[in-house]
Amino acid sequence: MTKKSRSWEKWSPWIVLAAITLLWELICRGFQVSDFIFPAPSAIFMSLKQYAGPISGHAFQTLWTTMAGFVIGVAVGVLLGFLVGSSRLMYTSLYPLMIGFNSIPKAALVPVLVVWFGIGTVPAILTAFVICFFPITVNVATGLATIEPELEDVLRALGASRMDVLLKVGLPRSLPYFFASLKVAITLAFIGSVVSETIAANEGIGYLMMSAGSQMRMPLVFAGLIVISVMAIAMYEVFAVLERRMTGWATRGMDARA
Amino acid sequence: MPDAFVDVDHVDLAYDEASGNAIEDISLAMNEHEFIALVGPSGCGKSTFMKLCSGLRPPSRGNVVVDGREVAGPLKIVGMAFQNATLLPWRTTLDNVLLPLEIVQPYRASFKRDKEKYALKAKELLGSVGLQGYEQRFPWELSGGMQQRVSICRALVHEPKLLLLDEPFASLDAFTREELWCILRDLWTLHRFTVVLVTHDLREATFLADTVYVMSKRPGKILARRAIDLPRPRELEVTYSDRFAQMVLELREHIGRIRRA
Repeated sequence: MTKKSRSWEKWSPWIVLAAITLLWELICRGFQVSDFIFPAPSAIFMSLKQYAGPISGHAFQTLWTTMAGFVIGVAVGVLLGFLVGSSRLMYTSLYPLMIGFNSIPKAALVPVLVVWFGIGTVPAILTAFVICFFPITVNVATGLATIEPELEDVLRALGASRMDVLLKVGLPRSLPYFFASLKVAITLAFIGSVVSETIAANEGIGYLMMSAGSQMRMPLVFAGLIVISVMAIAMYEVFAVLERRMTGWATRGMDARA
Repeated sequence: MPDAFVDVDHVDLAYDEASGNAIEDISLAMNEHEFIALVGPSGCGKSTFMKLCSGLRPPSRGNVVVDGREVAGPLKIVGMAFQNATLLPWRTTLDNVLLPLEIVQPYRASFKRDKEKYALKAKELLGSVGLQGYEQRFPWELSGGMQQRVSICRALVHEPKLLLLDEPFASLDAFTREELWCILRDLWTLHRFTVVLVTHDLREATFLADTVYVMSKRPGKILARRAIDLPRPRELEVTYSDRFAQMVLELREHIGRIRRA
């Protein structure tokens, strides 16, 4: 790739973003779409500015509940992945259950959580957790379960225990899968916490959007959406960078050289 | 032969009841330092035989004695290499070679303390197969032939008494393959381990081995045993001699008969 095309590639997301925003603005103005129906970017920006204080408070609430749920999700996800990936019996016995659990719409769980823990932070954290642990589990398990049998033979013939094989081969092998799943999981965790806040909370971006929506303040609703997206993209990038640092070998050093 | 290094005595092995025997009534004896080759059609249980020798699989019937003891579990005195190099992509060449030392005793206990010493030894071994200066490279930076050399070094670093090679050169091009034959020959001449080489390549078997065994289709039985009495050291030129061609042809006839049957 030439230097020029590489810098194009680097800026391309921003160019696309700017183009879409511009188009959006033009459509809204050109067809005189009402702010109550579909607010123009400028209106959204105005309301972002106007309510910067309350929005950042709610955003912080959403961010920390999401992160709390995500951290629990990672811990549980890795543990389950390790169990499921390292033993056939565990795989056979747990996997169908996990598939079943994962296919429950998590929004349907929120009322249950509210009955148990009341309205507010705890259901949001738990919803974020239950929605995000599954991809982590699946990925860690895949990494562990796909060790080459020949390699296992080499080590077993030397008297390696199951644990040796898991620690020396399985764990490093599953790291790329693990980091890839973190990127998926963090975005899912945002969905979980915001859904829960929308249904039952007095705080958070989900709550903000809900109440703004009921007052027909659409620019503020859209401002909330944008804040969530920005936070999710930022966290995604954090884990993408972490992934490149930790598992450069999996991409054959492409990132280092590119 | 009561004092054979590897003594396989009327052994059957079935992976499970339904599939029947993978190998059947195998008897063979190997002296210490002997180099044997197993040839035969695909799926004849050659790899199963390797699992038997390494203690990864117990026989369904019969006995396997290695180094004076009946095999009842992983032996720890074997090194193995396969058609795929199976190197760990997150480890450098050097760390890949050191892997067995992190696992097998007595090296394991002192690995952290003596790492320098072991690294030196591994570097020496890598040097002897022509991989000086590649210690800090990653496997995916090496060619297929180089990866296979690393794999053989990994199989040898803990000074195994028995080296098991499962078609280690099968995926290489002809020139690289012949180059690696010579490397293996030199390593064997130097370290004098015992070798079981599983291969499809009759020239490879004849060039390297002291004794070649021909196996039948599944369930694998030993059909023929051919001592290769070419003088050592053997140079690659020997593979173009009439006697060599004669031996290869003779082995080929055995295989041909199996395929027709």
